[in-house]
Amino acid sequence: MQTVTAGSWLDPLVHAGRRAFSFLERTGRAGLFLLRVLQSIPSVLLRPGLIMQQLFSVGVLTIVIVLVAGAFVGLVLGLQGYNVLVRFNAEASLGTFVGLTLVRELGPVVTALLFAGRAGSALTAELGLMKATEQFSGLEMMAVDPYKRVLAPRMLAGFISMPLLAGIFSAVGVLGGYFIGVGLLGVDAGAYWAQMQNSVDFYEDLMTGFWKSLAFGFAATWVALFEGYDAEPTAEGVGRATTRSVVSASLLVLGLNFVLTALLLETNP
Amino acid sequence: MEAWVGLFVAAGCVALFMLAMKVSNLSTISAGDGYEIIARFGNIGGLAVRSPVRASGVLVGRVSDISYDTRSFEAMVTMSIEKQFNQFPTDTTASIFTAGLLGEQYVSLTPGAEEEVMKQGDTIMFSDSAMVLERIIGKIVTDKLSE
Repeated sequence: MQTVTAGSWLDPLVHAGRRAFSFLERTGRAGLFLLRVLQSIPSVLLRPGLIMQQLFSVGVLTIVIVLVAGAFVGLVLGLQGYNVLVRFNAEASLGTFVGLTLVRELGPVVTALLFAGRAGSALTAELGLMKATEQFSGLEMMAVDPYKRVLAPRMLAGFISMPLLAGIFSAVGVLGGYFIGVGLLGVDAGAYWAQMQNSVDFYEDLMTGFWKSLAFGFAATWVALFEGYDAEPTAEGVGRATTRSVVSASLLVLGLNFVLTALLLETNP
Repeated sequence: MEAWVGLFVAAGCVALFMLAMKVSNLSTISAGDGYEIIARFGNIGGLAVRSPVRASGVLVGRVSDISYDTRSFEAMVTMSIEKQFNQFPTDTTASIFTAGLLGEQYVSLTPGAEEEVMKQGDTIMFSDSAMVLERIIGKIVTDKLSE
């Protein structure tokens, strides 16, 4: 490749090209990284203790934020939905509104964003610090594969945790909407549940949400692990990697959500 | 720690189970071992696949398929009826009604008086098409004008 001397009028172009190349290179490395992690997963299944440990730090520690956020989102949905529906004398449809929004969209998406912020950032920081203190090299010196010992259990834990967390979020949200709608605003309890059951389809709505949450868990954990493993081994580098992990995981989740919604929605254009 | 993980997994499963049974229609989906009957309509309005089929207001099945017969120029609506409701006479009438003024549309079955009952694949002889709001309004307007 011909090198261009600095100060030339081509500088902005060169800069853009360099950025594009480094982006492509990083994406490629992330893909290879994912491949190696996935290859290491079968051998981890024989050591449930490792997965258990990660399920605790990835799943259990994220529960509180998911519970609180789910409850408040449900409460707001109850209030907002009631205020709109009461204008059309249709407040009995509150259950439909709350159920569909939570199960289809808000449950998976908001949980994934919280997951990226709580569990993803912790994963990246931990791995980045492990790299900065050369623990990966240490493991390799002891003939322990860091992919099998460190990365694969975390990937699996993220993959398992996300659907469970999204389920908890939606369930708590539905109860929150029930509390506001039925408890405070006087919607009929039977109508709330019956309308919800009438319009929320198991396969088309609930399973759509479930697949989404699986995909988001996969994407968010992948980004968090790669950013941590790929971090510059300095204090500053780890900090930057953590920020980048949360930002790119959130954007990836939102973009992926659009694609998945377009693919999975019943009324496909 | 293991107890916490156990609790987490259990809570997640309970939440998913609650969503399935209480929020979605899984508890009302039939096992699929019902029987199918066909009705022909001149106009089905806004009827869709999975619209309810009711008899006296009770849910007895769902619309499983809608197609257009190019020979008789009619809509063919296939309905899957749950197997415990297998006593519909052969001269049952199928009508398309709307729940409320703007609600969803459903098929209503009104049993006749025949002795014989309908079986898998039978076609309903009598049917009433959907009431299309525009047509009703048009009728009222022309009636008023002709007075």
